[in-house]
Amino acid sequence: MSKYNSKYLEDKLKQELEAKYVNVVDESDGCGGKFSVIIVSEAFKGKTLLQKHRLVNTTLAEELKEIHAFSQKSYTPEEWEKVQQQQQQ
Amino acid sequence: MNRICQTLLRQSYARAPLTSNHVAATATRCTRWYSADASPPASAADVVDKSTLEKLVRTNKVVIFMKGNPQAPRCGFSNAVVQIMRMHGVQYDAHDVLQNEALRQGVKEFTDWPTIPQVFIDGEFVGGCDILMQLHQSGDLIEELKKVGIISELLKAEEAKQEPNTEEKKK
Repeated sequence: MSKYNSKYLEDKLKQELEAKYVNVVDESDGCGGKFSVIIVSEAFKGKTLLQKHRLVNTTLAEELKEIHAFSQKSYTPEEWEKVQQQQQQ
Repeated sequence: MNRICQTLLRQSYARAPLTSNHVAATATRCTRWYSADASPPASAADVVDKSTLEKLVRTNKVVIFMKGNPQAPRCGFSNAVVQIMRMHGVQYDAHDVLQNEALRQGVKEFTDWPTIPQVFIDGEFVGGCDILMQLHQSGDLIEELKKVGIISELLKAEEAKQEPNTEEKKK
């Protein structure tokens, strides 16, 4: 049982990464051990895929010690727009 | 059940090829995955050290540290990576970190990456499950594999589609 929930992660990511959009899905059935996250932030601009993920991992370093299953999709605003367009098609 | 699995894994381990100083040099190169190589060093150190890992990640063009083995992944994320590699027809070396806590901690420190699985291409850390999934979906994985001389099965299938007569010409 981790002490974290979707709201906490969402707030932290929004604040620390100045994210424009954060969507946290708790896939743990409430135990707080498994999350899936979409993050859209200018902070990812010019970064490689690995660098983006590293940035998020660093931001949540403390939390990830307890969250054992964490899945992220990290986009710049431009990339996010493209993703949404693709989804609509 | 668990004991049977462990026995099987140990047997496969015994047959696994040489990947580090800790594995018997007489092992034959037949299987491509390893359940428990890089066994804890004799010094009983807590982690597998950097130089060992530097060798391990270069034993094949693609090297994966995962939970379980490719035939029986023991984590959804590891399984996803195995399935992606299968789709691309990639031959790789896999290491089961559940068999070796020192390796599990060692590789995490080595890459400064908190989670398993971890994928290396040409000795370079590429990422975990999410990144592999994104590379797969964007088509970039095909390019990354090409850089190290691996032609993805998906690319072959794609090319075969574009040239439907190639097979016939050969005949």
